[in-house]
Amino acid sequence: MTPMVDLFTLLLTFFILTATFRPQEAAPVDTPFSVSETPMMDDNVMTVLISKDDKVFFNVDNGPDTILKFRPKILAEMGKRYNIEFTPEELRKFEKSGAGFGVSIQDMKAYLDARTADERKVFEKGIPIDSTDNQLALWILFTRQVNPAVRTMIKGDADVAFPVVKKVLDMLQDKNVNRFNLITNLEKIVVTEAKTE
Amino acid sequence: MAEIIQEEKGKDGKKKPRKGDAHVDMTPMVDLMSLLITFFMLTAAFSKPKVMEIVLPEKIRKDEKVEPPKIAESRTLNIILGPDDKVFWYPGKADPAVTVLQETDFSATGIRQVLLDRNRALFKKIDDFEQKVIRGEIEIKQDSMQNAIKQLKKDDDTGPIVLIKAYKTAKYKNFVDIIDEMSIVGIARYTFTDISWIEDNLVAKALGIAPTATAGTAK
Repeated sequence: MTPMVDLFTLLLTFFILTATFRPQEAAPVDTPFSVSETPMMDDNVMTVLISKDDKVFFNVDNGPDTILKFRPKILAEMGKRYNIEFTPEELRKFEKSGAGFGVSIQDMKAYLDARTADERKVFEKGIPIDSTDNQLALWILFTRQVNPAVRTMIKGDADVAFPVVKKVLDMLQDKNVNRFNLITNLEKIVVTEAKTE
Repeated sequence: MAEIIQEEKGKDGKKKPRKGDAHVDMTPMVDLMSLLITFFMLTAAFSKPKVMEIVLPEKIRKDEKVEPPKIAESRTLNIILGPDDKVFWYPGKADPAVTVLQETDFSATGIRQVLLDRNRALFKKIDDFEQKVIRGEIEIKQDSMQNAIKQLKKDDDTGPIVLIKAYKTAKYKNFVDIIDEMSIVGIARYTFTDISWIEDNLVAKALGIAPTATAGTAK
């Protein structure tokens, strides 16, 4: 019995230590497949997520070190722009959650104060990207101001219509972001017909 | 180590610990541990999502007086992503009267073959290089290998210049797929541009829809 228990303890320790808890995604997204083998970076990343129903979500991390507190800084900047004052409590909540959000800045306060996931769900209408009130552009602008080393990821659902993605790409290019990383799943492709020569 | 000297408690033997019988029942602990191991094994995400990098050319703003870069017509290959995973392509410059779109798909014999035919020379160079590395004829580190391939691509001046465009009903998946094809076939120069109204109409014609776009309407 003792060797088995020893082994179990070891395994358990290993799995606990290697486990990475990823915050739940704001919306379920089936990413397309590609042959790219570059793994995703852990930090300095902002993700624009485009869900199946054409909603746009945004996520950004706290930076390589948690004391940098990038998330609350960005939210505070956004609040300043829209004359919304976020309490320290709300900023802390925003920092801790680490999840992507699809909430317009006007709903952000109510979204952060909501207690349950169901209550929060109501506000997840997607971030406005129309030219009259392009909040995604501002999120990207402030993120790049707060963290200049940030890299842009686009995580789109395979079935999303291209014009929506195009809109996001155009907007990123307007903000001088020309280098993107598309998040994909790994697919094995063997180029056989090329080897015949 | 400090030794604990137990006090003798008389000779009745009641307080004396019995030797050889000090077993703890470990079964519940083992049960719990197996459960936890199973849980962590199942939730462990070993495969990180992968990323594919693309770099788009800088936009030329309207107020800037910069001419877009000119490219040789003979080397240009236009790919238009259509609906239902269809791909259209034509070489050279679009001319509403002359250009006929070729239809193909994303299978290994589809667009990949088209690209491969045009990119044979460069593809062979990269492939030869990789084979040599595998056979051990060239000793090179993994990261320098990527750079060497990049250099090969940079020096290439025969391969096609691929312009990727998307029709309005294309899916995001098609976009990822076509960029993926570029890296599979080793295309050195490709970019994503806006679809022109001429091409918009050509696709509509190929799909059997009445052409709607005129000069200025399509983005």
